[in-house]
Amino acid sequence: MINKQYKSAAEAVADIPDGATVMVGGFGASGSPIELLHALIDHGASDLTVINNNTGNGEVGLAALIGNGQVSKMICSFPRSSQSKVFPKLYGEGKVALDIVPQGTLAERIRAAGAGVPGFYTPTTVNTILAEGKEHREFDGRTYVMEPWLKADYALIKCEVADPLGNLTYNKTARNFSPLMCMAAKTTIVQTKKLVDRGDIDPEHVVTPGIFVNRIVKVTDPKHEDVLIAEGRTYP
Amino acid sequence: MSWTREEMAARAAQDIPDGSYVNLGIGIPELVAQFVPEGREFIYHTENGLLGMGPPPAEEDRDLDLMNAGKKYVTAVPGAAYFHHADSFSMIRGGHIDVCVLGTMQVAANGDIANWSTGAPDAIPAVGGAMDLVQGVKNIYVITQHTTRTGEPKLVDECTYPLTGAGVVSRIFTDLAVVDVTDKGFKVVELAPGVTFEEVQEKTGGKIA
Repeated sequence: MINKQYKSAAEAVADIPDGATVMVGGFGASGSPIELLHALIDHGASDLTVINNNTGNGEVGLAALIGNGQVSKMICSFPRSSQSKVFPKLYGEGKVALDIVPQGTLAERIRAAGAGVPGFYTPTTVNTILAEGKEHREFDGRTYVMEPWLKADYALIKCEVADPLGNLTYNKTARNFSPLMCMAAKTTIVQTKKLVDRGDIDPEHVVTPGIFVNRIVKVTDPKHEDVLIAEGRTYP
Repeated sequence: MSWTREEMAARAAQDIPDGSYVNLGIGIPELVAQFVPEGREFIYHTENGLLGMGPPPAEEDRDLDLMNAGKKYVTAVPGAAYFHHADSFSMIRGGHIDVCVLGTMQVAANGDIANWSTGAPDAIPAVGGAMDLVQGVKNIYVITQHTTRTGEPKLVDECTYPLTGAGVVSRIFTDLAVVDVTDKGFKVVELAPGVTFEEVQEKTGGKIA
């Protein structure tokens, strides 16, 4: 019987090596896999390239991973936000690199990797500095820019409900990039609030089919980034 | 007299047809949702995966997993749908969203818009979904004060900040006027009460008709 469940977040992230590329689900605080990120901080892998829409907030979760010196490069669309302090400081000091990708292009590059499509053309960035040096091509009289797929070694994902096969559902806008990242990583690690039996998720309601998921950890009471920040928490 | 932020938003709402799928940028554009004309319905899209966005909830009704693209807590109206980011930007890039209302730093007489970066060497670049929106949404409207806080024109002959997109803006709502981008450049289609054409011309960085 297939059972992708791991006993703990620590066990699930234990083989992430130095230098790995790691996708982290979430859009700001919603959908951020705080417990998996904190397990990765405890694990200590360094020189990571991290792919996320943002760069974390406060001094918990993704921001704490960056603050702990484990991230050498961020690939994201929007590295600033009102509660983002750690990344701007380290970026200003030249300690972490930044690759800016428009949000829709970021999503589609991740989707393309999961779908086995090595590149695609998009109108986004045409006539801007972000298109400089990229292949341009005309379709039906309009100019488009070629963008390559974006793959990862690991994805860290938060979901609402999982079954032992890795079928997943999410909660509201906490879904965001997560279904795409599940497809694009070689090893997808998921923390789930609820773990149900096979068949308990209606096949019509599965958002991420289990084929895209490798490891599941039950985190019954996941912490929310906004709550931790409001409480003034830091990690480690 | 000129238009207030609320009046600018209300004026922009007048130009959005009934039944439109609408994406609102952060700042003054967000106010448009408060001024939907009587008898019309707009469906709001937010990039992070919600079609059918409703107003902010009371604090005790917040769901921490229900945010908009500005990372503020929102609600979902009856009939709303959640989806992942590739679907969300398919709606944008695929031309399915009817109207996007954006703020800006500069907008040019040829419809170029610059609203993501000042290009300053010490600034952290942050683009978000702006470049996807301006390329994909059918009608790009801009709401902005006519000039910066220091009195510099925001409607210019040519953008000096890095572009978000070229030739994409169709209509601009400022505190002084409603201005169209035409083949011949800026054209005033309506003046705020008590505002003269001469005042608009004086505060515009380029010729206006």
